[in-house]
Amino acid sequence: MAKHRGRGVATINYPVGMNLGGDPSQALVHSNPTGKFTVALSSIDLGQGMKSVTRQICAETLGVPVEDVYVDTADSDTGPHCMGSFASRGTHRVGNAVITAAREARAVMLEAAAEELEVDPGDLETDGKGSIRVKGAPHRSISVRDVAIAAQFKQGKTISGRGIFLVPLSDVDPETGEMSPATCYAHACLIVEVEVDDETGEIAVLKMTSAYEIGRAINPKLVEQQLVGGSWMGMSHALYETPEPYYPNTRDGPRDFNEYLMPGPGDICQHDIIVLERPAPDGPFGAKGPGEMCANPVLPAVANAIFNAVGVRINELPITPEKVLKALKARGGGAAGASSGRAP
Amino acid sequence: MLEFRKDIFADERDDNLIEIGQPTQRQDILGHVTGTSPFYDDHRFANLLHLKILRSPHAHARIRSIDDSAAARAPGVKRIIRAADVPVNLNTLLSLIQFGKDDEPSLAADVVRYKGEPILGIVATSERAALEAMALVRVSYDQLPAVFDVEEALKPGAPSVNPTYPKNTFEYYGKYDHQKLRFGDVESAFKQADLVLEDRYQMSPIEHAPTETNGSIAVPDTNGRFIVYTSTQALFFSLDTAAKINAMQSNQLHFIGGTVGGGFGGKVDTMTEPLAILAARLTGAPVRYRFSRHEEMQFGSPRGAERISIKDGVMKDGRIVARQVRAYFDSGAYTRLSSYAVVKCVAHIPGPYTIPNVHADVYCVFTNRTPATAMRGFGVTALDFALESHMDKDAVALGIDPLEFRILNAYRDGDMKAHRREAKNCALIECAQVAAEKANWPLRDEFRRLSSRQGGGPARTGGAADRARAPAIAPAAAPPQPMPQRVAYERPTPAAPARTPPTPPPRSAPPPPTAPTPAGSTHGAPRFSSVFGTRRR
Repeated sequence: MAKHRGRGVATINYPVGMNLGGDPSQALVHSNPTGKFTVALSSIDLGQGMKSVTRQICAETLGVPVEDVYVDTADSDTGPHCMGSFASRGTHRVGNAVITAAREARAVMLEAAAEELEVDPGDLETDGKGSIRVKGAPHRSISVRDVAIAAQFKQGKTISGRGIFLVPLSDVDPETGEMSPATCYAHACLIVEVEVDDETGEIAVLKMTSAYEIGRAINPKLVEQQLVGGSWMGMSHALYETPEPYYPNTRDGPRDFNEYLMPGPGDICQHDIIVLERPAPDGPFGAKGPGEMCANPVLPAVANAIFNAVGVRINELPITPEKVLKALKARGGGAAGASSGRAP
Repeated sequence: MLEFRKDIFADERDDNLIEIGQPTQRQDILGHVTGTSPFYDDHRFANLLHLKILRSPHAHARIRSIDDSAAARAPGVKRIIRAADVPVNLNTLLSLIQFGKDDEPSLAADVVRYKGEPILGIVATSERAALEAMALVRVSYDQLPAVFDVEEALKPGAPSVNPTYPKNTFEYYGKYDHQKLRFGDVESAFKQADLVLEDRYQMSPIEHAPTETNGSIAVPDTNGRFIVYTSTQALFFSLDTAAKINAMQSNQLHFIGGTVGGGFGGKVDTMTEPLAILAARLTGAPVRYRFSRHEEMQFGSPRGAERISIKDGVMKDGRIVARQVRAYFDSGAYTRLSSYAVVKCVAHIPGPYTIPNVHADVYCVFTNRTPATAMRGFGVTALDFALESHMDKDAVALGIDPLEFRILNAYRDGDMKAHRREAKNCALIECAQVAAEKANWPLRDEFRRLSSRQGGGPARTGGAADRARAPAIAPAAAPPQPMPQRVAYERPTPAAPARTPPTPPPRSAPPPPTAPTPAGSTHGAPRFSSVFGTRRR
């Protein structure tokens, strides 16, 4: 009886948006009469932070503080069409739609400001703090609030914009599979350390280290929650979960959380994450989408680490203690053969 | 816990931004942490009715008769909903984007094709009353032979699961029972390979396990409209699906989503909205239809099982010269979204590596189990498990460090991918380098110096892409390149280290950190000469 440590690695990429494209999203942006903006969407915030990402993108594009923007979404009577929150598409597709809408609204805002300041709109810039000023002459400025009031009550202008983003649908060649699946890809490498008990077959995940390249982290805290949560899901997929424990036999399916196994808080390990940003040419500020990919590298990295620890390959998920013990037994039992070539 | 490496790719980024990159607190966080964010089930209605669904106890059976007369008279029961009540009782989710044929009824009319398939709806004044009435329904079945294994389902004489696709496979392009990928010539490459490795991988189904189960409340509004409070992940997708099944105009439905208690792909299928709306139409009252935990676990769609076989041809210098994949997606009894995932899977093959010869056949197979659907990483998660497990075996067999083996084969800008598009904006090598450094995984100097931005190009796949019909399909593809008549991996950088004949150790352990190849020992025959070129430092 012994516990054996091992390390495993996986490197992956992940496509952003629905495969083949053809998945549009729209956004509407408008100002109220005192210069506060609403982004109208129908995209769903699943907890991933859809509303925060689009809010920050809108504020950056308009050139106003993020507090002056709120996102209103998930109502089919008020929000324009969105394909949905899936396929790592929210930040990329909806973000681009918001940029287009916000640019249009910004152009009207600058026109209205130019009329008030009696300058050319091209000579104006936003300070990101709620004011619009003449480039090179910052003392000549006007607040976004005053611009909105003037636009609404004096000039009769609507500070608003429309946006849509669509990656045109790609054909697929039936004979060769030639296609344009995605316009950009995120990347990752994950290294995991495990400890395998050769008596019980139990596996403890001790540590993860990962690098994720995601184009641009619009909000680092939201990126972190995705990557940490995703790695937990990956570990759960690797070692615990299935509604059909003896697939393809359908027997003994779990009916509730007492029977459906998942790791608990005590099973979660340290995870050091490093984020790289290589902007996608067509991403909003270069952003891709880290949402789905972050579970994927964990599964094979854990399997590879188990091999590194005890020298058995488990090709069937989830890698339960039962499967580990059977594999050890088939190979001669115990830790035999597992002592050489240990991970550094 | 989270840090940035802003130095990498800095020349491609404008970092002079104000709001982008800030850890701004989300606008709805206070509602979430104080328990006041509204979920669909937080909406209260005085006269709310409850819909519960009678489900099949059999995996495959003909319904001989249904006697619901006692249930209809049970206390609190307002309405029984039968298959004949559903206006359009056959649908497939992707019909909204014209992909696939309608194959799934909302309520089974004559045959049930998986254990848990909906047969009958009972609308009552409480969930308890509905469940008690359900116990009074008498259904008699003739059991039919069932099939649960994807490869069994493809054999001649296997029970036919889904009458829309009687051969148990989704039909691609009106003529194929699978999606193909053909790039280069794997058969020749296998013959030339130093080593050929084959293995098979299996992922079982996985449940989304959301805290909030699938559900919705449909409320009659004025003007013949209905307000639907829903947990959907895709508001208009669900709205249009519900409108189709109920034969209603889309503007008769007002969908209100909002906070979702966990989606992960399991709330795209629109499993509750159509019948909740139908029940509200038939009773004139608000109706709630929510899954119990048991329903969510066993009868809500899971991430489907996938069986994946991989065959790699590798050279002693570490190059992968051929990769063949055969995969079966277990779609369960109906298509839902698995047909789409098959194509996405094929697009992902052979993973983020540049391999000159790739061949894949991927099948969407029908079996008598709960229909599968989308889940985080759809079409890719199981494939990545198989590919990256197999990469490890390749590396061990060749006696090469598994991470260096990946860097060696990683795709780079300008490489041609198997689906015949140029690789751009690559960063796999950099991720490997950064993770290795952080985890003290020893990489030799020449691997630390490689870049996704250098050394790529169509020559690495022997110009295979030029034989493609790329321009005919996508004018946006890379312009045709002169075809190099050789399978050579020309990489100008980095300098070649000393060639060490591969000694296959039994383990995939990274080499000890104390013994990296000394920087000076780069004389002599070049290692990976055909990969890195022969330039010496």
